Amino acid sequence: MSKGGQQFITFIKKEFAHVLRDRKTLLILFGLPVVQILIFGFALSNEVKNSRLLVVDHARDAVSGAIIAKIEASHYFDLKKVSASTHEIEDVFKAGAAQVAVVFPPGFGSDLVHFNHAAIQVIADASDPNTANTLTNYLANIVMDYQTAELARPDTPLQIGTQVRMLYNPQLKGAHTFVPGVMALVLMLVCVMMTAVSIVREKELGTMEILLVSPFRPELVILSKAVPYLILSLVNVASILLLSVFVLDLPVRGSVPLLLAESTLFIITSLALGLFISVRAKTQETAMLVSMMGMLLPTLLFSGFMFPIENMPKVLQYISNVVPAKWYYNMVQSIMIKGLGFEAIWKETLILAGTALLFLVVSFKKFNIRLA
Amino acid sequence: MRTIIFLLEKEFRQIFRNKILLAIILLVPMVQLVILPLTANYEVKNIHLSVVNHDNSSYARELINRITASGYFQLTSVEHTFTGALANVESNSADLVLEIPANFEKNLIRESRQTLFVAANAINGVKAGLGTAYLNTIIRDYSQELRLSSTLSGAAPGSVIEMVPSNWYNPYMNYQLFMVPGILAILVTMIGGYMSALNIVKEKEAGTIEQINVTPIRKHHFIIGKLIPFWIMGLVTFTLGLVIGWLVYGVVPAGSLALLYFFLAIYLLAVLGIGLLISTYTETQQQAMFISFFFIMIFILMSGLFTSLDSMPYWARVVSRLNPVTYFIEVMRMVVLKGSGLRHILPHLGVVIVFTIVFNTWAVINYKKTS
Repeated sequence: MSKGGQQFITFIKKEFAHVLRDRKTLLILFGLPVVQILIFGFALSNEVKNSRLLVVDHARDAVSGAIIAKIEASHYFDLKKVSASTHEIEDVFKAGAAQVAVVFPPGFGSDLVHFNHAAIQVIADASDPNTANTLTNYLANIVMDYQTAELARPDTPLQIGTQVRMLYNPQLKGAHTFVPGVMALVLMLVCVMMTAVSIVREKELGTMEILLVSPFRPELVILSKAVPYLILSLVNVASILLLSVFVLDLPVRGSVPLLLAESTLFIITSLALGLFISVRAKTQETAMLVSMMGMLLPTLLFSGFMFPIENMPKVLQYISNVVPAKWYYNMVQSIMIKGLGFEAIWKETLILAGTALLFLVVSFKKFNIRLA
Repeated sequence: MRTIIFLLEKEFRQIFRNKILLAIILLVPMVQLVILPLTANYEVKNIHLSVVNHDNSSYARELINRITASGYFQLTSVEHTFTGALANVESNSADLVLEIPANFEKNLIRESRQTLFVAANAINGVKAGLGTAYLNTIIRDYSQELRLSSTLSGAAPGSVIEMVPSNWYNPYMNYQLFMVPGILAILVTMIGGYMSALNIVKEKEAGTIEQINVTPIRKHHFIIGKLIPFWIMGLVTFTLGLVIGWLVYGVVPAGSLALLYFFLAIYLLAVLGIGLLISTYTETQQQAMFISFFFIMIFILMSGLFTSLDSMPYWARVVSRLNPVTYFIEVMRMVVLKGSGLRHILPHLGVVIVFTIVFNTWAVINYKKTS
């Protein structure tokens, strides 16, 4: 091996020693994806259930009792309280102790028998509009079921029912969207922030100058800093994939080598962004905040994994196109979830490769051997 | 007391000297407050619906008309086979499929009941859940109306229980009204947490902490001197945020402003306590940054900002109750949207006071003047 090659390897070893020495940061780096996958996989869901319900029963008859029992039996509701007065609703809502209230008027049961018609009032705390909508609808369904089961004579005409099937994801879990999202986020975090901060740190401490006056080529000094993070990131990708396959039962439907290759491309793009920040930033604080606000937040916002891009105003939808994580996220979804091949993602690949190249070239042009 | 004033003077000079940092502290949260509610929009509208109509009757057409007229749905295609509609779901051009069976009208009149088949693309859980809910409501209303206006001879309508829904506090179902207070809570937490965590560590890294350690400044003086500037920054950020929420999104707190600030004042102490605690356990800014990022990430996810806490499994609900952010978001939403008063938020207040005492005591104990 040439002398330069040996030097390069020595430098990489030095950088590895730096990274591995900082146990706390390492723990976070490997712990973060694991904890996120577990939270997303087992704690969060978009399903609405166990909602706290308040019942105001002025009627206290057989029919209202039967409907209350039916509501109680459904796992959507958790009956908090049966109250005698409507005045209490406001207080209970304001204390956040219930999200929806059902009011049976006096004489509910006898109205139903004598007039064939009676009304139930459903009051929802609509400060959370989606939950309010869903809960009102659940209640309507329960009441409807009661009506068809108990009240309707067999000859009641014109009943239209529905049979609903949730395709792909019956429990409304988010695994399909968040596994690719967590991958993009963690890779961004490791590559952009770690690289940028560790280079700026050497600038701040003054050790960068010592490295730069050595006969070793300055470009290689910087490159050798990126290598450990490349390897760390690949370990992270592997651990996220293993978790999603074995813990979340979310298999990789497409080609694994292709997924790893595209991940490597995204890692290189992120490293290039990290280098770019480190070349410009003077203090660690600036480097951190810029990578945080300029890279991580856009990744969270615009990759489409936490927030639906289609609901955003047009301007923000255009902005989302310049966020590299969005393209990576699309690729991972295509490969992992839909099982598509390279022909479906060549465009994304080109965009990422172009971004990486652009930032690498700009960084090396701007890279100044003299720091002062 | 004099010591603290000198320390405060030092801290404020350091903050105001770093113009970039100051700009980031003040400007970035404001930009986020403008953009985030636009992005974090889970309002469900324009649900793409693909209809499989096996029955070209007037009932079926009228039902489809009602669905498209409701404003929630966009009819993307009418297919002849279910497989065709499913292909639309797979290519993401439809979110929901409604299948109307053959001879729907004829059988509905003859057999009194018919079942429609609805399939939702549940990868987007919010859309699937709400979409089927809206669809169910429309179909139910249509069925009820048909029955009441029915002129079929001899068919007496059965007893009808009418549902009268009303939506309090947010009658127009404006989703941004719900998100703005929560996002403001998160922003204040992030600013307070990160800044205080980074600050002490910065002095550790630069070595200036040793100079302070050899002076007669007491531990708690030093910590108070670090806390107050960020406490003030937190209050300023919050005030700016309220103004932006009002100007941009028209969010005006329904409850008392004094109560909000009172709660915030105590909550900020808890958050700063967490930041200080992190800084006593870390040696470099990089460590402090990563550890605070880790915790803030978990705090945000487990706070009920985006997903309902009630639907979580038991263990996760316990975790969310150990998360200070949960309480602040709840209080923000309660006071700003519903106008809750002091007695409604007393339990929250109590818990946050406990957090404040625990975190700050822990931080003071753990901060050693000798390294």
